[in-house]
Amino acid sequence: MTEPLAPPPKKNPQKRTLTPLLPPATRSRAALGLGVMAATGRFGLQVCAECQAVQYPPRDACVKCLSHDLPWQDVDPAGTLMAETTIRVSPEPYFRERMPWRIGAVKLDAGPMLNCHLHGEVARGDTVRMALKLDRAGQGVLIALPLEGSDVMQDDPVLRAMSCDPKHRRVLISDARSPVALALAEALLAAGAAHVFAGEPEAWRHWPARAAFEAMEDVSLLPLDVTDVSSVQKLSAEIGGKVDILINSARFTRPGGVLGNDTTFARDAMEVNTLGLMRLAQGFGPGMAARVQDGTNAAAAFVNLLSVQALVPDAGFGAFGASQAAARSISQSLRAEFRASGLRVMNVYAGPGEDDPWFQPAPPPKVTPKALARSVVQGLVDGVEEVTCGDVARDVYARWQDNALLLERELTGAGA
Amino acid sequence: MSTAVSEVAAALSRGTARIVDLTHTLDPDFPVIVLPPEFGQCARFRMEEVSAYDHRGPAWKWHNITLNEHTGTHFDAPIHWVSGKDVPNGAVDEIDPGAFVGPVVVIDCSDGAARHDDYELTPEVIETWEAQHGRVPKDAWVLMRTDWSKRSGADYLNMAEDGAHSPGPTPAAIELLLARGIRGFGTETVGTDAGQGMHYTPPYPAHYLLHGAGKFGLQCLCNLDLLPPTGALLIAPPLKIKGGTGSPLRVLAMVMA
Repeated sequence: MTEPLAPPPKKNPQKRTLTPLLPPATRSRAALGLGVMAATGRFGLQVCAECQAVQYPPRDACVKCLSHDLPWQDVDPAGTLMAETTIRVSPEPYFRERMPWRIGAVKLDAGPMLNCHLHGEVARGDTVRMALKLDRAGQGVLIALPLEGSDVMQDDPVLRAMSCDPKHRRVLISDARSPVALALAEALLAAGAAHVFAGEPEAWRHWPARAAFEAMEDVSLLPLDVTDVSSVQKLSAEIGGKVDILINSARFTRPGGVLGNDTTFARDAMEVNTLGLMRLAQGFGPGMAARVQDGTNAAAAFVNLLSVQALVPDAGFGAFGASQAAARSISQSLRAEFRASGLRVMNVYAGPGEDDPWFQPAPPPKVTPKALARSVVQGLVDGVEEVTCGDVARDVYARWQDNALLLERELTGAGA
Repeated sequence: MSTAVSEVAAALSRGTARIVDLTHTLDPDFPVIVLPPEFGQCARFRMEEVSAYDHRGPAWKWHNITLNEHTGTHFDAPIHWVSGKDVPNGAVDEIDPGAFVGPVVVIDCSDGAARHDDYELTPEVIETWEAQHGRVPKDAWVLMRTDWSKRSGADYLNMAEDGAHSPGPTPAAIELLLARGIRGFGTETVGTDAGQGMHYTPPYPAHYLLHGAGKFGLQCLCNLDLLPPTGALLIAPPLKIKGGTGSPLRVLAMVMA
């Protein structure tokens, strides 16, 4: 059984913070596909388009018929743990610090035998549920999970290292005035977060939800404005060493296309949505990246709440869409820059929000703050990099992956 | 040879006259006017390092700053308001520089503003002041002292569900000041008009009437409690912005020590 994770003791100030180590990250191009599946929380493998043979390990030609047509597909994750062993010695620095380490061989019901990491609650002969997870190096790895785990199965050390679980972690929400911030703080605390820091821009403007934050335990309101570099620098100097998860909730939205909009609003959108993200990353990123191996409450994730317009614009929101696309691009660069530390960048895409006044005329379905908060917490628990929240975002994301140019034509009125 | 100008310089160096700074520090956290969100907004003051004796410039430090013409302690030119859009020489770069230095009188409304957030400067208040200090001189700046500059945080804009609540002049008060031939009108609040000034007729009477008459505005002033009711000299030159509707500026007053 899994030992419930205890709240971490206060840090010993005489001990050096460990340098984050990563598991080996070298992969073939074919094997990178495991990471794509893991990043989106799916379990799947290459399946031969000619003979339907499920492939493992990933490869360039079918193991059965040598076809090169090997698309990645969702695969039934059920299997049986046929064999297991415990590694006690390894030359890899990452695993040396984590010995002993169990690995096993799972016969997937869909066909192949998989080499995988093992959750502590599975034993030889068990029926297991396979999952693809991102390891700290950001690579997709296989883990055998119990069919029905215990209530604390998420605390298993192997699984915990692959997730960004908020339990016992301290979270900074960059803009408490965002319509989703309160629901987010509540969901994070319910998921076991130790503390929520909530950034308060422009305290000189009254805002009604302030009282709700003040009434919450384990929540602190602190001055933070993502458009003001001095405010970001000041707060990161104060609490940067205690931010384990950062969620950027700051957003500036104004309707209007490109021709009908003015560049003043466009600049505001860029200042908040794009450069604000950059300032937060510059202020808090280095400190977080240095603390990815800092015990139970090690730094884990940098989260961006993006509009699905980051993928394809709604021409009625031209400048906003541009700022979202730019923010997504910055998040991709951050992902690469943080890769060496193991800090994960998670993008959460959502359609129009129920409480967002700028999308008041938009038809349902809309995303409620609670639903968005649930998606964020679930994404952190699952340790994924890409999350969609709500029907609109799920649909647009899927169509964008399928054919981005076709989606553009559909959304800009060129379709029927 | 003693001249009026050298007398002033001598008084300053002797310390018989002194300079009072009526300017707030340009600070990212200083409030700006907040309009309904569908309107364009006043940019907050922001400052970003270009270099700081480092690889971006080894021997020097400098910043890029961004702000609106109406951020912080600032000057309003006639073309700021629709009523003044056709006033000749109504932009900051066109105004006669002589207008930037001149006499100033201060009407103390601090007691009333302390009692009532929506305190109004009325013709009666001005006439009571005149009974004590004499007629408001022609071509003088008139500053409305409320001690509002001593407020900070959310109390400064004092926004409620129905908008901001802060003191300001009634339309009749502005009409009276215009009849006196003033040069301009200044306040300690975020604008020359009251927080609820949109509900007067005309809305925003200080902006509408003053600028329509080619007069100037000053707002977000401080230290008005250090000025005498009459006899001080105001120095308020805006930046020379081509076609500028206003400008952040350093506002100074010369007073007898």
